[in-house]
Amino acid sequence: MKHSEAAEKFISDNERTNWHDKALWFVRAKRDIAIKQVAEWEELRALASQIKAHVMSNLDVLLEQFEANAIKNGIHVHWAKDAEEHNNHVLNILKEHRVKSLVKSKSMLTEECHLNPFLEKNGIEVIDTDLGERIIQFRNEPPSHIVLPAIHLTKEEVGETFHTHLGIEKGISDPKILTDIARAHLREKFLSADAAMTGVNFGIADTGGFVVCTNEGNTDMGVHLSQVHIASMGIEKIIPRQEDLGVFTRLLARSATGQPVTTYTSHYLTAQSGQVIHLIIVDNGRSKQLGRADYVKSLFCIRCGACMNTCPVYRRSGGYSYSYGIPGPIGSILAPGANPKEHSSMPFASTLCGSCTDVCPVKIDIHQQLYSWRQDLTEDKKTSSSKRLIMKMMGIVLAYPKLYRFSGITARWFLGFSPRFLIYNKLNLWGKQRELPSVPTESFRDWYSKNRRANL
Amino acid sequence: MKIGLFIPCYIDQFYPKVGIATLELLEKLGCNVGYPMDQTCCGQPMGNSGSEKEAVKTAELFVKNFQTYDCIVAPTGSCACYVKEHYDILKQTDATKYVRENIYELAEFITDILKVDQIDATFPYKVGFHSSCHGQRGLRLAQSSELNLPFFSKQKQLLSMVKGIEIVEIDRRDECCGFGGTFCVTEEAVSVKMGKDKVADFVRNGAEVITSGDVSCLMHLDGIIKRQKYPVKVLHIAEILNNTIER
Repeated sequence: MKHSEAAEKFISDNERTNWHDKALWFVRAKRDIAIKQVAEWEELRALASQIKAHVMSNLDVLLEQFEANAIKNGIHVHWAKDAEEHNNHVLNILKEHRVKSLVKSKSMLTEECHLNPFLEKNGIEVIDTDLGERIIQFRNEPPSHIVLPAIHLTKEEVGETFHTHLGIEKGISDPKILTDIARAHLREKFLSADAAMTGVNFGIADTGGFVVCTNEGNTDMGVHLSQVHIASMGIEKIIPRQEDLGVFTRLLARSATGQPVTTYTSHYLTAQSGQVIHLIIVDNGRSKQLGRADYVKSLFCIRCGACMNTCPVYRRSGGYSYSYGIPGPIGSILAPGANPKEHSSMPFASTLCGSCTDVCPVKIDIHQQLYSWRQDLTEDKKTSSSKRLIMKMMGIVLAYPKLYRFSGITARWFLGFSPRFLIYNKLNLWGKQRELPSVPTESFRDWYSKNRRANL
Repeated sequence: MKIGLFIPCYIDQFYPKVGIATLELLEKLGCNVGYPMDQTCCGQPMGNSGSEKEAVKTAELFVKNFQTYDCIVAPTGSCACYVKEHYDILKQTDATKYVRENIYELAEFITDILKVDQIDATFPYKVGFHSSCHGQRGLRLAQSSELNLPFFSKQKQLLSMVKGIEIVEIDRRDECCGFGGTFCVTEEAVSVKMGKDKVADFVRNGAEVITSGDVSCLMHLDGIIKRQKYPVKVLHIAEILNNTIER
């Protein structure tokens, strides 16, 4: 479905739209307060952006350095060129260790690879342990936001979901009670799981260690109670040195939720005794994006979600209005690289206001990339042919002053003298909920020719 | 100094009074203003819609029209930003480079080039200022709320020189209004919702007039105001800066 159609459906529920907009704006406002506490915020952003630029131009070397150090630390390293290879790696590791039940902490990469349905088809029980993720897993929904996966749901809907799936009393909507219920339910799952899976926020090349940032402690809980830890990491998550990490952890939590730091910043270097760590390094289209000069900066992303919280379109259209798993501004510059035809409407779901670019902690030029994707998708004829034709005609009219002036006179005459039903009808999308400007009898040029004759 | 006045296509056709106010204001400030009679548009509508190749001829015409002036001034942040940022679609001749470097949004021209510190204008109303995105984040006419840098606004600086004016602050000082060029029809539902929220912010905070450096935003907001019958009016910033009539 095109973004505009899905968005229209979302907006038809005005109350929910207002609430969704306000909830995310609240996070943006909290972020604003948090970043104002850091005097060197803009320098941090610039530094992070430069580190990422360095990483992208030395990715091959850094990845090999990371791999060599990780192996030295006793970590089993696997490479996956795409989602299928990634999922097969996971299944093989689980089979090797005779795992029947897996607890997962939040990972957008496993969402991207559609890992859960794949494992379930192969007889593995998968439990998402992040509260928001668990809620949407019950509902069989994808995340609607990369940091706040269940932000589209009200607390009443969460209560309803727990009533259906956990058998709690109907009508409970107190967040504290619901959280306690989820905690008790998840505790059982943690204790009975055979393996834990996590994402990776940062892979550190000079140590071979990796870092996972969470707020609920579910990553540590899962990992510490399991014999097998599987971590999935996109190739772009590399940072060169341990000392670079602080730059990113300072930016990440403040940008994401307005916290100075995530509650848990878990560092994994070697396995604890009796445990194994498997690390899967995944490409899945990233190296292709690395080769696209206009879009390479999209790989800088640290998945903070700030561009979603600030985006006036996302806040009013919801995560599901975007056809790609990662929604919002960052999703809209990643999606066309993954599948240009399927996601061709996403780069157009923006006013190009540029708020995403200014909020981005690693200075991705998001709105410029949206503009570029529009050009590339149009050039490749992935957009509607009628729109391309209209633009072609418009380009001709505006290139010839006489034609432009004639069209202006005609349009003003039509708007000035036509009855309302001729102007306000189905074809006039502007006029569906807006009045057209009242029509002046003369253009500025007409006025100027009369009133500044001396200048001519 | 000879100034070339650029009046964007939609202002020329639908808001001539904004063009007149801009011209009169510049003349009042002592400028020698010329208006190339064969001007049309900057080419942005095609560019933002993904068809920037179709904008090339229009952009070439723009350069041809304005290359002989010392400065090009336009009562719009959006079109000025397009010329500056996106005329990379043209061959970078001396004329193209010259036009890109010497185009100014009206308020920017008054504050940075004319360096005016007083304006003879009166406007005894409660005014809310809408910072249009391309002016704000494209031309940096004002500091973005996303950045941790000191606040400034060239347009608000000028408005504060107007006698009798009361500037009303809104809750979301630089949120987009939802116009977005062809976005306003291709994403009609989101566009209108954003516009309604924007107008409501101004009304809630007591604005009698909404002003901006871009008529495109105002045209969109005014369409909503008139349909929904909100108790607020829109005026371009040049109309306020050029006004001397008491209430």
